[in-house]
Amino acid sequence: MATITAPTPAPTPVEQDLKRPARSLWGDAWRRLLSSVTGRIGLGLSLFLILLALLIPYLLPYTPGTDNNPADRLRAPSAQHWFGTDEQGRDVFTRVLHGSRLSITVGIFSAGLAVIVGSVLGLVAGFLGGWFDVIATWIFDIMLAFPSLLLAIAIVAILGPSLINTMMAVAIVEIPVFGRIARSAVLSTRNYEYVTAATATGVTRSRTLFRHILPNSLSPMMVQATLSIATSITSAAALGFLGLGAPPPAPEWGKMLAVARDQVILGKWWVSFFPGMGIMLMVLGFNLLGDGLRDALDPRLKK
Amino acid sequence: MGRYIVRRVIGLIPVLIGISLLIFSFLRLIPGDPAVVMLGERATPAAVARLRTSLGLDKPLWINVQKGANPFDAQYPLFMGRLLRGDLGESLVRKTAVATELRQRFPATLELTIAALGIAVLLGVTIGIVAATKRGSWFDAGGILLALVGVSIPIFWLGQMGQLLFGVNLHLLPVSLRLTPRLSRGFQSATGLYLIDGFIRGKPEVVRDALWHLILPACVLATVPLAIIARMTRSAMLEVLNQDYVRTARAKGLRSTIVVLRHALRNALLPVITVIGLQLGGLLAGAVLTETIFSWPGIGTWIVNGIQGRDYPVVQAGVMYIALAFVLVNLVVDVLYAVFDPRISYS
Repeated sequence: MATITAPTPAPTPVEQDLKRPARSLWGDAWRRLLSSVTGRIGLGLSLFLILLALLIPYLLPYTPGTDNNPADRLRAPSAQHWFGTDEQGRDVFTRVLHGSRLSITVGIFSAGLAVIVGSVLGLVAGFLGGWFDVIATWIFDIMLAFPSLLLAIAIVAILGPSLINTMMAVAIVEIPVFGRIARSAVLSTRNYEYVTAATATGVTRSRTLFRHILPNSLSPMMVQATLSIATSITSAAALGFLGLGAPPPAPEWGKMLAVARDQVILGKWWVSFFPGMGIMLMVLGFNLLGDGLRDALDPRLKK
Repeated sequence: MGRYIVRRVIGLIPVLIGISLLIFSFLRLIPGDPAVVMLGERATPAAVARLRTSLGLDKPLWINVQKGANPFDAQYPLFMGRLLRGDLGESLVRKTAVATELRQRFPATLELTIAALGIAVLLGVTIGIVAATKRGSWFDAGGILLALVGVSIPIFWLGQMGQLLFGVNLHLLPVSLRLTPRLSRGFQSATGLYLIDGFIRGKPEVVRDALWHLILPACVLATVPLAIIARMTRSAMLEVLNQDYVRTARAKGLRSTIVVLRHALRNALLPVITVIGLQLGGLLAGAVLTETIFSWPGIGTWIVNGIQGRDYPVVQAGVMYIALAFVLVNLVVDVLYAVFDPRISYS
């Protein structure tokens, strides 16, 4: 005689959700970032390139000034020189890998500076309102009226070419982007009840701004900051290409491409190919990471 | 409609004033005395003084408050006055009027950017549509990959690779300039746009040669906007293709092409137009890089040479001109957007 066991009812979606361990906003976003292919590739590529940039001086020591070996000029890639040699007989492999340090530094520094200055200006403008808001918005509008690379070119033309000035110029042109994001975040949250409640319980204005309002703009900020690293790297390389970046013999990728112009037309492809691949992979990594973050932080796309 | 345009134009005035202030400050922000910077360290004091006077650097900046003086006899009002009369100063290197040089160089940049924009829009929208209608196919995957790589490619590198592949290795396309020197000698340009000039002058060989020179730079410049437009078209189409009215159209038995092009595309195009407008700034800045690679005699190479030769009036005028073009084109895009989208009210 068979015993009849009542089948246990399958848990409803709500019950499943209740059984799920509690997750924080960021933990959830992190999990979703890792669950998307774009996010994984972007994160992996960016982390790999950052690590490489950090470790390369220990793995492959290099002094840009003394590397010349005129006897070995413009050799094609070989077992000895994986990426060939350039017009001064320098090993392109070494220079490309060391160039990653400059690019990452410019990217992270410029994006970081733009985030800090832009968000503080935008937050204060949105929170205070009045003449400060009018002037800040006006300045943002003017800066956005210039194509950003062109404005960066003009700024470096004034300041003079150097690595620091490149970073400054690239950061300055990104400021209004973050300013606008922060300002609109303030405008959309300042009348929420929890902000009123904070003010009513005697929380100071700056604490309200930075503890209660700022966190609401964090996700668009983080996405934009990541994409901004990518833009900064491209812009810095473009400035270097136009002769406005770090002076030689620094292994700056844009500068390497500028010098390669004459060689490429003679068919010496490796002088240009590898530094360009460097720029592309790095920009691709941060772009993919930014895309992945955007999807991961967007509550509407939650599964 | 007319009122909307007027309001948008009035809204531009503060931005235009801001641009003029920024451009005005440009020379004054260079560390040190601009006259010395322009003439070089070894210039005689007399020459420096002469240049200072001719640039008006000895006058007050904003308003002349001296007794009996004209209050507008100051640097900024004079600068604005000259600007409005179209006087942009002289090139320090060539001593020619900057405005004349700008006029000569502008058509080259215009031809290049229009060609690039055309390629980007045509190919981008087509790839986006096909990818969306064949969602999940190999074509779709390839399109997504292309779009991802396309936005990350530094175009000054892509240009070199193009020169290498199509010019050096395959001998298919020229690697620099707008015309073969043999043809450009003695060729009187009417509009500065060589493709049109060739027709006007009845010289098919000029049209062919100009087109041949244009292909590579235009494709290189088109890369980034193409990728962005393709991606935007794809996602806008996907959204629209799921709408009820598209299903209704299919259920009525309409042909698939008609459903896609007439019912879906029209509604998907609005966000695409916005994105196209946003790409114009990138195109203008990208033109600076593209022109440098291909020795294209437009405003981009003009600015870059100006920077390298410390020819500040040239840089000033070039940067200002591109900013103005960008602002005006954005205005046109905004107005077009309002025309295309009946849901936007103008009041």
